Amino acid sequence: MIDDAALIPSDLKRCSPKVFYGGIAVVSAVLLWGVYAMFLCWFKGLNQTNMNDAYGFALWIWADLAVIALGGGAFFTGFLRYIVGKDELKNIINFAVIIGFICYSSALLILAIDIGQPLRGWFIFWHANVHSMLTEVAFCLTCYFGVLTIEYLPLILENPQIYKNAFWHHLSHNLHEVMAVFAATGAFLSCFHQGSLGGVAGVLYGRPFAYREGIFVWPWTFFLFTWSAAACGPCFTILITKITEFITRKKLVKDNVIELLAKISGWMIFTYIIAKIIDTAYWAYTTAPSMGFEIGQFYSNNSLYGYWILFLEIVIGGILPALILITKKGRSNSFLLMIAIICAVIGVTTNRWVMVLQVMAVPVLSFEEWYMYFPSWQEIATTVLPVAYGIILIALSYRYLPVFPQEQELYNS
Amino acid sequence: MFPFIFEWVWDTSHLLFMGALWYALSIMGLGVTYCVVKSIIDTNKEDSGSHSHH
Repeated sequence: MIDDAALIPSDLKRCSPKVFYGGIAVVSAVLLWGVYAMFLCWFKGLNQTNMNDAYGFALWIWADLAVIALGGGAFFTGFLRYIVGKDELKNIINFAVIIGFICYSSALLILAIDIGQPLRGWFIFWHANVHSMLTEVAFCLTCYFGVLTIEYLPLILENPQIYKNAFWHHLSHNLHEVMAVFAATGAFLSCFHQGSLGGVAGVLYGRPFAYREGIFVWPWTFFLFTWSAAACGPCFTILITKITEFITRKKLVKDNVIELLAKISGWMIFTYIIAKIIDTAYWAYTTAPSMGFEIGQFYSNNSLYGYWILFLEIVIGGILPALILITKKGRSNSFLLMIAIICAVIGVTTNRWVMVLQVMAVPVLSFEEWYMYFPSWQEIATTVLPVAYGIILIALSYRYLPVFPQEQELYNS
Repeated sequence: MFPFIFEWVWDTSHLLFMGALWYALSIMGLGVTYCVVKSIIDTNKEDSGSHSHH
């Protein structure tokens, strides 16, 4: 059996290699299933999917937008920590960066599968369409992934075996010293790619369900996407922290840190959901009628997209978590906190689902029917693939790197 | 991507898009280069410092 004790930071307690690698093997089986589906898509082509002319953006793009929004915890926590100066967040920033790294690498992986011919992925940079919001998204996503890699690097260098080497030791220290510059760059890039993902939906003139008015070249959806990612991303960071604590059966981050992040996130969700409600009302009573539609047409005569989805997104996924998290009683109660962060994650992922899939499903001409779609197993497998990859990377990082600065102190107490 | 590519046009869109991309890449590149160079200098200083003790 592998003896990896030398790789584990000396003051931290970890399970036996047998248990750890047994768990990794189980998750790796799921990962391999996804990798097999990925190679099928690459070698046989996109006919492996159920995407068609109506659903050019399907499960993958929803997953892509969802992980990007959930990964927003990295840029917003980094912004709060390094730019605003919320010092307490240094105790969760490492984990936020790891989650962000996983989310963004997953997003790029999904895109690499989605474009069908990954060998031509570089075309978007070399033959850039400078009138496309998606080009901006691709630029920012790639750059921000670079930033996240730089932010993750000092943590990797703190592995006890690597840290022994003087150069890596100094590099880790020096990267920490200038991290605010990278964090600021990351926040700038994130604002634009999150925004432009929303902007893509908002400028679809032929799709009244998505189309929004706005400021200059930016529809409201541009700002709503950035805002919702900054609001709900930290909730995902808290959720994964809680899951990690549950699995490891250890407290890893102090309550005051979680509560601070939850409070900021709560106020962000609160203000976001007010803006979202105003946006929805304006769209329902002004924009859509000006194009000959009534709101009921977008939520009826189909088997899936009823008013419940609007209720789920705005009430369950927005108002409820906002009200819980902005009150001290709500966020300090562990049960209510869990409800709130799960609801916030559901809210933002439902928003991306609606803006990707319902947009495609709604009939826009009087003789059209609702377009329904169910993903192929290859699409499902490649969407599960990043989840398995994320679990493995978090497990390895937790085992071999000092991810949580408060872990030892909490363990001793 | 570069002004010497046949598709390049000197207009606002190209300058904004590509300018922002190069700006971000430059900050990242310069930031990492600074850290690497400083780390080499720090390591050498440490080495010479430890030699002087012997």
